Amino acid sequence: MSDGEKTTEVMLPTGSDLVLSVSPHLSAADSVRRIMYKVLLALIPACVAGIWFFGWRALAVIVVTALFCIGAEALWCRIAGKPVLGTIADGSAALTGVLLALNLPPEIPFWICLVGAFLAIWLGKQVFGGLGNNPFNPALVARVGLLIALPAAMTTWTPPRGMGADSPAAAEFYSPSTLHKLQGKKVGLDSVTHATELDSVTCATPLGVVGTTPKILDKSFEAQQNFQAVDNNEMLWRYFLGIKGGCIGETSILALLIGGILLIAFKLINWRVPICYIGTVAVFTGLVNYFFPGVTPTPLFHILTGGLVLGAFFMATDMVTSPITPTGCIVFAIGCGIITSVIRIWGNYPEGVSFSILFMNALVPLIDRWCGQRPFGYTVKREVAK
Amino acid sequence: MNKNVKTFHGGIHPACDGKSLSNGVSVQRAPLLDKYRVVISENVGKPPKPVVEAGACVKKYQLIAAADGFVSANLHAPTSGRVTGIVEVPGAMGVPVQAIEIEADGADEAGELLPALDWRNCDVALLRKRVEEAGLVGMGGAAFPTHVKLSPPPEKKVDVLVLNGAECEPYLTADHRLMVEQPEAVLEGAAISARILGVTKIYIGVEINKADAIDALNAHAAEFGIEVVPLKVQYPQGSEKQLIFAITGRKVPAGGLPMDAGCVVQNVGTAAALADAVIRGIPLVERIVTVTGEVVAHPGNWLLKIGTPVIRVVEWAGGVTEEPGKLILGGPMMGFAQKSFDVTVTKNTSGILLLPRTVAVTYGSSPCIRCGRCVAGCPMNLVPCALGNAVEAERFDLAAQNHVMDCLECGSCAYVCPAHRPLVQHMRRAKAEIRKRKK
Repeated sequence: MSDGEKTTEVMLPTGSDLVLSVSPHLSAADSVRRIMYKVLLALIPACVAGIWFFGWRALAVIVVTALFCIGAEALWCRIAGKPVLGTIADGSAALTGVLLALNLPPEIPFWICLVGAFLAIWLGKQVFGGLGNNPFNPALVARVGLLIALPAAMTTWTPPRGMGADSPAAAEFYSPSTLHKLQGKKVGLDSVTHATELDSVTCATPLGVVGTTPKILDKSFEAQQNFQAVDNNEMLWRYFLGIKGGCIGETSILALLIGGILLIAFKLINWRVPICYIGTVAVFTGLVNYFFPGVTPTPLFHILTGGLVLGAFFMATDMVTSPITPTGCIVFAIGCGIITSVIRIWGNYPEGVSFSILFMNALVPLIDRWCGQRPFGYTVKREVAK
Repeated sequence: MNKNVKTFHGGIHPACDGKSLSNGVSVQRAPLLDKYRVVISENVGKPPKPVVEAGACVKKYQLIAAADGFVSANLHAPTSGRVTGIVEVPGAMGVPVQAIEIEADGADEAGELLPALDWRNCDVALLRKRVEEAGLVGMGGAAFPTHVKLSPPPEKKVDVLVLNGAECEPYLTADHRLMVEQPEAVLEGAAISARILGVTKIYIGVEINKADAIDALNAHAAEFGIEVVPLKVQYPQGSEKQLIFAITGRKVPAGGLPMDAGCVVQNVGTAAALADAVIRGIPLVERIVTVTGEVVAHPGNWLLKIGTPVIRVVEWAGGVTEEPGKLILGGPMMGFAQKSFDVTVTKNTSGILLLPRTVAVTYGSSPCIRCGRCVAGCPMNLVPCALGNAVEAERFDLAAQNHVMDCLECGSCAYVCPAHRPLVQHMRRAKAEIRKRKK
């Protein structure tokens, strides 16, 4: 700009840098990578809770499993001739790793994490063509694979902080008789003093206790009291906060809810999926509990225990493996809820979240077809002025 | 948010609408240039036939190309001067097009105008004839000859005229300024159109981010029996089918035209031009254009003569602050990217948009992660990601089965896609392939 002249110089474009492209010329700021990182962010409360309740060992499992998954992805891309860094950078392998870790017991040996990582990334995702093409949730493929192949290691639970030997108050609450019932695989915890001398202490999950409790098929007082030891107000509060045996990420419902609200706030998940999933479980188990109180505990117990909340917010909502239409999502979630309840009440496994989601994953193409969108202007010919 | 504001299902809310760059700037009149290049084939339908020879002297508003058939539109000289001949200029669609070049004599001397009409009392056929003579086309973007739109076949009962003042495209403010500055022209044009169509119910839909335009229109709307309908700010609110649904609740049947739902939709700019043509006898030779973008020194709105080269407009707007990465004719959602600043303003140029290089990046696309955002954003209730997959697999039969032909190409799906898939490109390809195979 020259000040001396009357007309200031106008800079004209030369057109040298003009990009030609199809409309639209604007794009929302989101990307696949940012979606993955935002889900990881929403998992932080659950990770922190896992580490708080199970100690640094839980952190080690999370980090190691995530690294193994990234490594498995890198190795596959290397072999398959795909861009290694570009694929890892999308964050999906890291997310699968963290999700898998949250679905593992805290004392899981690291070699099992490695096996799980390859199951998730290779068998769960890459054999189908990578991100976007996998029909099943990769983390659940790995979890179920490990559960079937290594059932002992996958069901050895550590008591969390506030429940086991480290807390005399809790130990008192778990007086030997109640404790015995709660500890499906008791190594031996006769008293607090003994406990400190033991190598490891295991406990059962609340669902595990329910699974091994004989069912009572009438409405007698015994039936009403059948699950009293694990299904009472004080215990339910503990389950909500996270003081219960289980996988690293599924213990604290509070932390999972914070993460779930983050997911909804980030607009990453359709709130209908977790609500319909959890709601279906509540209704189903509620009905069974109402008519046969000796068969299954109350709905609140079912919501607060096991992997239901983790599954409903973080696994059933996986974009790739859930239906694409809003109605499809509801059908999918209700299906998950029914199968979860059936497995929990009558199945051989105490927990059915993983199986139910995987089963419904397989039905997604059908659901998408049934719940197809009706395009604008296709039904209302009668509304048209004649 | 006002609950009474009408809208449609689907669509998107672009984070940055860029309208504040120019929506407060009054329309400025452009200086006279020494040369104009009037593109001949700018309307939908058959291009008009030139009626002036090279070397001929023309007056402003003189007919220079006459409509060839019914679906065609007259062209008039934007200024007085000498016709130098027919030249080739870069076209807005990327293909070179023919244009009549006029060397201005600087006098800008108007020729004989058409007689003014008393539209309230004169014969409707006369009004329709005038619309045809004045070379009016849809100024919202499609450039469909207006007299054709105002002549629905007798078996289609039209009972509603909808005026489109939504201007849902980000950045564009030309219609906004027009409604603020000349509300009476817009309303009177609408009333004349309604008389031609024989309808009494007239709505004008305006997005509520143009509160001053709504107020300006409301001040005069009652005189003409027109209802101003505030609309939610949601893209593509100004798409015909979505606008009709938002305002009247009627759905245009798939594959149909607005008249199949008893409606005719007209852009506010077209209505104002129609009022000019009828009341003052002035044919369409200039229009309001938004010149905007972050890199334009002084974004604003200009009354430009048809045939003005874009580079001159950018110069009047103070030039650029940095080399732009994209030049778009129209808005950022549906406008056309240009490769040269030599393109000229046509009757349907609503905006000249210069985007910075940082915005003009081309993203590499990755596979669909089925997030469903395109499904939520599609105003036509399609499943764009599945259509995109079908096209990528060259399964055009599958795309047709899933109603790709109903796609508006509004770009909502591609805008929200986190995998940055070129979905609009896929849709266009599918449509072209399906049309080709039908032949």
